[in-house]
Amino acid sequence: MAEATTNLRTHAAKRLAPEDARNAAREVRARRLRAFLFVAPLLVFVMFAFVAPIASMLFRSAYNPTVANLVPASLVAIADWDGEGRPSDDVLGQFAIDLKRLANDRTSGQLAEEINRFLPGTSSVVKSTARTLRRVDDGTLAQTGPALLLDANDAWAEPGIWRALQEAGKVYTTSYYLTALDLEMTRDGSIQQRDTQIYLKLYGKTLWMALIITVLTLILGYPLAFHMAQSSTSRANFLMVFVLLPFWTSLLVRTTSWIALLQTNGVVNSTLIALGLTQDPFELLYTQFSTIIAMTHILLPFMVLPLYSVMRGIDPSYMRAAMSMGSRPIPAFLKIYLPMSLPGLSAGALLVFIISVGYYITPALVGGTDGQMISNIIAFHMQQSNNWELAAALGSLLLFLIIALYWLYDRFIGAGNIKLG
Amino acid sequence: MKYRSILLASALAFGAHGVAAQDLTVTSFGGAYGAAQQKHMIDPYVAQSGANILFEDYGGGVAEMKAQSESGNIQWDVVDIEVIDLERACSEGYVAVIDHSMLPPGDDGTPASEDFIPEALHECGVGNIVWSIIFAHANDAYPGGGPKTIADFFNTDAFPGKRGLRKRPQVNMEWALLADGVAPEDVYEVLATEEGQSRAFAKLDTIKDDIVWYDSWSQAPVLLNDGGAQMVQSANGRIFAAIKDENAPFTMVWDSHVYDLDVWAVMEGTEKKDAALDFIKFATQTVPLSGMQDVAYGPTRKSAQALLPEEVKQDLPTAHLDEGLKADGIFWADFGESLGEKFNEWLLQ
Amino acid sequence: MRGFPEYFTIWHIAGHYALRGIAYLVLAFLIVPILVIIPLSLNAEPFFTFTKGMLALDPDAYSLRWYQAILTDQKWTLAIWNSFVIGIAAAILATVLGTIAAVGLASPWMPFKRVITALLLSPMIVPLIIIAAGMFFFYTTFGLVGTYPGLIIAHAALGVPFVIITVTATLTGFDQTLFSAGLSLGASPVKAFWDIVIPLIRPGVISGGLFAFVTSFDEVVLVLFLAGPEQRTIPRQMFSGLREQINPTILAVATLLVILSVALLVTLEFLRRRSERLRGSM
Repeated sequence: MAEATTNLRTHAAKRLAPEDARNAAREVRARRLRAFLFVAPLLVFVMFAFVAPIASMLFRSAYNPTVANLVPASLVAIADWDGEGRPSDDVLGQFAIDLKRLANDRTSGQLAEEINRFLPGTSSVVKSTARTLRRVDDGTLAQTGPALLLDANDAWAEPGIWRALQEAGKVYTTSYYLTALDLEMTRDGSIQQRDTQIYLKLYGKTLWMALIITVLTLILGYPLAFHMAQSSTSRANFLMVFVLLPFWTSLLVRTTSWIALLQTNGVVNSTLIALGLTQDPFELLYTQFSTIIAMTHILLPFMVLPLYSVMRGIDPSYMRAAMSMGSRPIPAFLKIYLPMSLPGLSAGALLVFIISVGYYITPALVGGTDGQMISNIIAFHMQQSNNWELAAALGSLLLFLIIALYWLYDRFIGAGNIKLG
Repeated sequence: MKYRSILLASALAFGAHGVAAQDLTVTSFGGAYGAAQQKHMIDPYVAQSGANILFEDYGGGVAEMKAQSESGNIQWDVVDIEVIDLERACSEGYVAVIDHSMLPPGDDGTPASEDFIPEALHECGVGNIVWSIIFAHANDAYPGGGPKTIADFFNTDAFPGKRGLRKRPQVNMEWALLADGVAPEDVYEVLATEEGQSRAFAKLDTIKDDIVWYDSWSQAPVLLNDGGAQMVQSANGRIFAAIKDENAPFTMVWDSHVYDLDVWAVMEGTEKKDAALDFIKFATQTVPLSGMQDVAYGPTRKSAQALLPEEVKQDLPTAHLDEGLKADGIFWADFGESLGEKFNEWLLQ
Repeated sequence: MRGFPEYFTIWHIAGHYALRGIAYLVLAFLIVPILVIIPLSLNAEPFFTFTKGMLALDPDAYSLRWYQAILTDQKWTLAIWNSFVIGIAAAILATVLGTIAAVGLASPWMPFKRVITALLLSPMIVPLIIIAAGMFFFYTTFGLVGTYPGLIIAHAALGVPFVIITVTATLTGFDQTLFSAGLSLGASPVKAFWDIVIPLIRPGVISGGLFAFVTSFDEVVLVLFLAGPEQRTIPRQMFSGLREQINPTILAVATLLVILSVALLVTLEFLRRRSERLRGSM
């Protein structure tokens, strides 16, 4: 369309009187506007329903005002502290006042949780101290507070917990991204690896599993698509039903099937035992193996469909010609057919890979502890540990990864060329 | 025309859902326990009050309450909480403070304040059952005699096989220390120290490869039944019900059981607080409470205790208190968060 | 048997049959796991596996009790109702907005076409867990979490890409001048759209709507994050069933869903042929 516009403009400039040119330009603008107006309602809808939520997740990964809202006065008091030793009694007194207020509002748990993220193990210190402060008289707390804190737990005499409070008090922070990459900021501002390495390993495992699944769907999907492409149209359409039925069947149904098949006394194990192939049932379900096999089954149609649609368009006479001239089948296939089927192959492989990287449901249901992928840990932090900021940071990293893959897909295959059924 | 009448028929069949908004969402643990609550608490209450109740299941823990509270989308009204989690839910403001003076006296006329056992009247909840976390094993897995003690549970040489444990630090950490030789009265003191926590994880490490983790109590008997595990940690009532109702070949082990109460609590911020309290008032009367004997859970009212037949009392946790450890809700209120995090890191290692 | 070219050796022919054998095995891998749940759902026992009686074809080992359980369990009937209500509403929303937009996108005059198309299709590619987390944060501020409108909007956003793709596909053969002709003959844009464009792209619109419906009907991650207990859908109910209490009711529901997907498949095939005929006659 851009070409059409420029053509019209250059034509107009060369051949037309100024007034006609203006009219033509106006006409172009009107048409462009009309086309855009058709799209506008959906665009507004998608902006609200989809884009804004994604943006709010990105924002959330770096923005956490909880502590700043809970104990503003303490944060002001501690701002001047040099980070060495323990802060002055004024700071401790102010914090005791704040903590007692939170304990009575029953919000001290939130503070404990936020501080705990910066110094693991501290939430019990904050919570137990808050518990003891609940029964203390308000009036004298500014004076007695420091002693009460130090009495409640030794940790209040150490600088660590106060530094954690300062860190947690920052409204904008990159710390969740650092955690998501298994890194942490040291006191002098340099970045180092955390003691426990979790997330990078999990990203690695997710990519590795996605790769295995992609390769498996390719190994299974290629011969099937090839066979279908060689068959007559009516036969191919008939076989297509067997590809499309799983494609149209609910994901939950297919996952349920694999649970029925793979569980300890399930269909596969019973069959193996009945055939005398094994005495004891294999442990198949709730493993990485079950995740990979179930996802391969679920994603196979996404490989077969683009492969088939490309292979169907390959003229069989090329292969025939090569073979009739004495080429052996395998070299002929590698030199002629394979390159021609590459567009379908790369489309299917990228699609399967992208979808598997972000998969959640199947690993959650059949994966056990070994088969968990990065999506599962995001869900875990959303629903179980309630560390929404870390979930957002992990999600943002996953999103960047997917966008990079999507960009590749769009560049080499074109997003608009996705075919359905 | 024909498909219109089908549409109409299905619209009528399901139409009830569209019109009647749910009056009250009550959340509990499902399975055999949920069935007993349905029979003795929910159904009679619905019959009496005409209220519409949506009876939901959850896996326990405070996470779901916390998510509702922090996002401001309160979706539950009444929730059944283990006391091990209640203290935390209460001190963090996820459940509401309850005025116990609203509770009716027992059927024998004893005022509620004296009728309930003392632990049952918590600031944020009204006691529902006394129950226990035990372990059980499948009989056919150990023909030569099954595990008898918590040390046996951790002894994979003498008792090979998968162990089903609920995926959370609570109780698992206690058991690890008990199996490692810590005296029951010292367990929580030891667990409050770094060394004690490392010691518990080290003990759990010895069986880590043999553990099957599950998320919800109702999975425990299922795991034993379908061979997914040879021993499971379970709420005592689930195994009791499987043995009693389905003749399941399981054996319960009471050694080092961790006993606890469950309470009914009201979600803080629910718009249906009055209806929620009304339900709790009803459900914690003498007769509904005594119905929990169906799944071998002890009632929290003395007047309900009196209604139980003698032979049932032998299966209740109260008959085994000397072998057990009382779950410490305050410890878990303080340490639930940090141990939860360590536990998950340990799981992923 | 079909004839093989004369240059084929015995090895060529063996290879041909080997390939065919592999293809059939892959087809079996695709279809058997789905079919296996159908007899399992008729199990009279509360197990997820074939009992001895079932293998001996003893009629007493089979029963419809799990189907009955669906209809008598309030949670399942509520879930079925919710799935249809949310699915239909989301499909209508996505189809109306998506169809109109597809017409604009098919216009040669559409500005920023590539970027906007990529944006509108992106809900298909972004992992659901990310969408769910983002929607949970954002919808909360509007009080949409735990409500029907919230889920409908969320599912409609997921359905939009499918409507765009199917309608755009039917529009590729569409002559844009027809619409302009309608306008120049004095029809209002709405009337021109309704009378000229819609009849020509109807098959694409309907199959796009079906895709959007199925997307919502099958979706569970957003439901896990955005639905309250009152908005539970069939997949959500299956998810918690599989996590907490495995019993053959889930297999019965699964079987019904397989039957539904066969019906959908047939409908879509019918529409595709009709669309080909329509375009062929233009």
